[in-house]
Amino acid sequence: MSIEIKNVSYTYMPGTPFESKALDDVSLTVEEGSFVAIAGHTGSGKSTMLQHMNGLLQPTSGEIVIDGQALFGKGKEVKSARDKVGMVFQYPEHQLFEETVEADIAFGPKNRGLSEKEVAARVKMAMEFVGVDYEAYRQKSPFGLSGGEMRRVAIAGVVALSPKYLVLDEPTAGLNPQGRDELLEKIRELHEKRHMTIVFVSHDMDAIARYAERIIVLSGGRLVLDAAPYEAYSNKETIESAGLLLPRLTTLLRTVEAHGLKLNLKPKDMLTVEGAVRAIMAAKRPAPKAKNNQRGGKG
Amino acid sequence: MISDITIGQFFPGQSVLHRMDPRVKIVLMFFFLVSLFLIDGPVPYGALTLLTIILGALSGIPAKIIIRSVKPLWWILLFTFLIHFASMPGRVVAQVWIFQFTEEGFWRGFFISLRLVLLIVLSSYLTLTTSPLMLTDALERLLKPLKCIGVPAHELAMMMTIALRFVPTLLQETDKIMKAQQSRGVDFSSGNMLTQLRNIIPILIPLFISAFRRADELAMAMEARCYHGGEGRTRMKALAVSGVDYGAVALSVIFLGAVMGASFFLKQS
Repeated sequence: MSIEIKNVSYTYMPGTPFESKALDDVSLTVEEGSFVAIAGHTGSGKSTMLQHMNGLLQPTSGEIVIDGQALFGKGKEVKSARDKVGMVFQYPEHQLFEETVEADIAFGPKNRGLSEKEVAARVKMAMEFVGVDYEAYRQKSPFGLSGGEMRRVAIAGVVALSPKYLVLDEPTAGLNPQGRDELLEKIRELHEKRHMTIVFVSHDMDAIARYAERIIVLSGGRLVLDAAPYEAYSNKETIESAGLLLPRLTTLLRTVEAHGLKLNLKPKDMLTVEGAVRAIMAAKRPAPKAKNNQRGGKG
Repeated sequence: MISDITIGQFFPGQSVLHRMDPRVKIVLMFFFLVSLFLIDGPVPYGALTLLTIILGALSGIPAKIIIRSVKPLWWILLFTFLIHFASMPGRVVAQVWIFQFTEEGFWRGFFISLRLVLLIVLSSYLTLTTSPLMLTDALERLLKPLKCIGVPAHELAMMMTIALRFVPTLLQETDKIMKAQQSRGVDFSSGNMLTQLRNIIPILIPLFISAFRRADELAMAMEARCYHGGEGRTRMKALAVSGVDYGAVALSVIFLGAVMGASFFLKQS
């Protein structure tokens, strides 16, 4: 079970002077249960690719297959395949419109034709999952909330659909560092506790390093890198030529190594502060001994 | 998709028509359109049709796009043609029920329809070869003399500029909101009228909110850059009349004079 993107190309406004190719023969498979990050410079085709994943855009050529069902064509199967993918747009708070938080989150489940009881249960569940207190917020207007709260309510509106795959376009854009970390933790919880497959777009390599199991880098509409983060980060040239930066932690460790300290880095150590500290500390302690040995050897 | 719509249908290019000063283009277009209503007879019409085709070729705009601008009027054209065909007195060529189709009616209908087509095509050249911003700029300059009788030329132009500037932005926004609500299970394409109407609410409300937010931000940004209306404002890209424009004006005067003269004398004889 997976989202398969097969040789997808997409051109905006074909046949006019404004024509531009946003995706160029991209193929990849997102396995069920994975946590995938898509990174790329502005205009690299990230958002265009996401919108293909639940059939909002139809590829100019190529095809999208979700759990074995091709996404274009007629029939119930096509619709139910699209429904498996929940999509959170960039700045999702801009889609809020109802009078109360509760009504807004209930909008999606209601459209799916669920019973009122089921809808209420979904709303409660979704609000709890994104960390918005149900009793305190359900009757509030979504427009009176803070930016971070609005964002979380909007995401709850998609989570309430209980999608199998959750696709997020720059979910942390415009949030302060604390709001960003909280939101990413909530997304991780969705992944771990609800076993949702997560695909998220981000520029933030630090966040990707911490959360994603796999990173896909797009550049100029082409897929240039598809690897686990610790592997991807050893490929500095590709990442930088795609207009991205290595995570600060990786840069730090690289710099430390460049200054002559031998680090015994396990792949995972490159991605967390704890891991990096451990690696550096471990490298420091045997150092004097090594020096002694060397002297001894010479003498 | 909705964002594929081009506003003001401007078609970028480097042709003579693109390079002309927008003010000159507007004025010349005005005279051409007026002349369309003054001429009569096959020769002047033929000359104007030929000119329209030549201008189309000069502009470098694909014929497909020019024809597209006539398309929405197809039914009106057909209707106009039939009305004239059936209502002119003259030599009857066919009779259906109470309608008498006459030869005179056929030609009348043909020329009136041709006049409409030329009208649309000629004015579409103006909007196809001039960016919306240039157009408003030119309008502001042309309306300036009317300021003394209280026409707020600058304000009108500024309002148009801002409106035009935000049409694509709002379209993009609409597209995004539509997609977001579609992802939440709204189906815009099916259902009866009432459900379809109700489905517009989840688009309209967020759109209004964002439009007001943008307006607010824009006002703030303009104020922060000391905008205080049109008094004493200069332009970064001042409009300038060049050789191309003088040439176009000269040729147009000769052409229109000849066509009008021909039309007048052919009628006399």
